[in-house]
Amino acid sequence: MTTGDGVAVRAEQVSRHYEMGAAVIRAVDEVTLEIRAGEFVALLGSSGSGKSTLLNLMAGLDRPTGGAIFANGRNLSGLSSLELARYRSRTVGMVFQSFNLLPRMTLEENVELPLRLAEVDRGERGARVQEALERVRLEKRLTHRPSELSGGEQQRAALARALVNRPTILFADEPTGNLDSATGESIMLLLKEIQQKLGMTIVMVTHERPLAERFADRIAALADGKLLTDGVKS
Amino acid sequence: MKAGDLGELALRNLREAVLRNSLTTLGVAVGVASLVAMLSLGVGLQELATRRLSNSGLFDTVIVTARRNMQGMRRPAANPVPAKPERALDEDARSEFARLPNVLEVYPQMRFPTEVRYNGNPYSTIVAGVPDSARGNGSYDGIQGSFFSGPNAEEAILQIEFAKDLSEQTATLIGKELVVRYAERQALAPENGVGNGSGANASDGAGGFSIVPREKKLRIVGIVETEPAAGFGGFGSGRLLIPLEVASTLRAAQVNDLREAVRATTGKPAYASLTVRAKSPAQVEAIETAIKSMGFGTFSLLDATRNLRLFFTIFDLLLAIFGSLALAVATLGIINTLVMAILERRREIGILKALGAADRDVKQLFFVEAGVMGLFGGVLGVGFGWFIGRALTWGTNIYLHRQNLPSAHVFSVPWWLVLGAIVFAVGVSLAAGLYPATRAARLNPVEALRYE
Ligand SMILES: Nc1ncnc2c1ncn2[C@@H]1O[C@H](COP(=O)(O)OP(=O)(O)OP(=O)(O)O)[C@@H](O)[C@H]1O
Ligand SMILES: [Mg+2]
Repeated sequence: MTTGDGVAVRAEQVSRHYEMGAAVIRAVDEVTLEIRAGEFVALLGSSGSGKSTLLNLMAGLDRPTGGAIFANGRNLSGLSSLELARYRSRTVGMVFQSFNLLPRMTLEENVELPLRLAEVDRGERGARVQEALERVRLEKRLTHRPSELSGGEQQRAALARALVNRPTILFADEPTGNLDSATGESIMLLLKEIQQKLGMTIVMVTHERPLAERFADRIAALADGKLLTDGVKS
Repeated sequence: MKAGDLGELALRNLREAVLRNSLTTLGVAVGVASLVAMLSLGVGLQELATRRLSNSGLFDTVIVTARRNMQGMRRPAANPVPAKPERALDEDARSEFARLPNVLEVYPQMRFPTEVRYNGNPYSTIVAGVPDSARGNGSYDGIQGSFFSGPNAEEAILQIEFAKDLSEQTATLIGKELVVRYAERQALAPENGVGNGSGANASDGAGGFSIVPREKKLRIVGIVETEPAAGFGGFGSGRLLIPLEVASTLRAAQVNDLREAVRATTGKPAYASLTVRAKSPAQVEAIETAIKSMGFGTFSLLDATRNLRLFFTIFDLLLAIFGSLALAVATLGIINTLVMAILERRREIGILKALGAADRDVKQLFFVEAGVMGLFGGVLGVGFGWFIGRALTWGTNIYLHRQNLPSAHVFSVPWWLVLGAIVFAVGVSLAAGLYPATRAARLNPVEALRYE
């Protein structure tokens, strides 16, 4: 077994290279990283260091050009694109810097979308949407559209959407990047609460070291696609 | 994704770019309309031609004779018929034919020469018996005056040339009376109630007869331009038309009677020939085969109807091809709209994939969108096509009316065309959606999500 008990995701010698004509861009280069279940890990690094690329690889949104990623004991490289979609649907929740809510859908519809994709029964959906929106304290805004919400509220809605399928790992790509520091902090507190209440594994990309140090259990620092340090913060 | 969710999301996406998608759907509708209009015209013209031809009595008619009657004319062994005992073409045979499936009616040829007196002047002409079924068949569409009031009415319809012989002002003839003088065939055995039999003369003794001159008064009720053909089995053309029943009551000495009398072996009177009319030309073949196997000689213009059908099949095919051109353009419209939608919805597709959508889900979503546009376009197009057809019929009939011609249904939208057009529109739209759907499904979510 490559992923023993207590390991949520494990990247082994993972590379993601882009070939641009003659040049090869090593967005992620032979990174080995283990995320334990229930852990809050921050991926830290400057712009272009490969944080998002690594996150997308672990979330099953992209495939590595080298190495392997194991999640739930399975090698993601061995999965068909349909199985990979299932992995994204059932095991993974994703949050982005730019919220990525569908602008013409209400909050309720946005949060329901992953349930439709996972073919959850209609009868069950209402309660699941309600539960997810309550968790981010947006249950009163069911029929609002994203444009009628503040940035922080939009990010909370996106968080509800990521949680509605009850995933085991949450991947967040600079979730506070578009928010002022106070709002960003409230999002971080919410993430922390979700980690503690639900035992959720969280991998969060950020380039703000203070934020990472304050909220994450562990920081993995990247530079030019390589992993610099991987340790529990002091 | 489940079908219900796919449908909901597809409809929602279509509504979001409502103008563009409506225009695309309208394009499909126009394409379908042109196809429906073309094909309906083809079907309509075919029906018109078939109707006119069946009315002419040429294509839905089987002429039956006792077998040896036809021996000289039969095409050499085209349809070898198993040898059957020869049968007389008598009243029994007539009612047997009438019971065959899809037989409309069976009647004998009734044509005989007579002398007509009108205004004291004698005219010689040919009288023809017209079956009552001819009333509705269009041959009398252009009639001046009216058709016989009933199958036993003592009335006459004049062929225009003959009418001109009688009077310069042909219109004034209607309502006038003329006298037909004819030769009555009278059985040699004494008989009472002469002249009031009711058509069939099966009870006649046929041992021999004498010819007695007779007269009958008939009221002129109508004048026809052309003589409605009474089938190709007739000899010469009738210029004075009277109801078939009346004609047979006249018991005229017909041209065939002498021959027939000499030949009568069974002691029963036999017909020289019977005209069997099928419900439609398509049924002629089966009827002909059935009658042949009963031991009679038959004759029909079956080959001609086959050629007619072949002609219309090719004609319809050509119309369908021209009609499809507009639909082909509409197909390009669908492809264009959906490819545009991919560009616009790049990010949305990326989000769907990040939330767990498989390539298959994205593909199906685009497919359903294409299919829905096809469905709406198809339904709308059939409506348009029908409307175009109505307009065409209307216009044609105005023209025909100006030319003093009877109106015609040049256009027909059968249910199979309605259903077929809609199914075709959906099918074509799905085919058009194939490329965009595949492209959308292949979209890389990381790239789709990267740029704002
Ligand atoms: N499709 C691509 N083709 C070529 N190069 C790419 C592609 N995607 C990413 N890269 C390169 O890979 C490197 C890592 O990109 P990535 O988006 O992971 O950086 P990041 O750490 O998330 O940066 P930021 O903090 O700005 O989001 C960058 O140099 C980028 O230019
Ligand atoms: Mg990034």
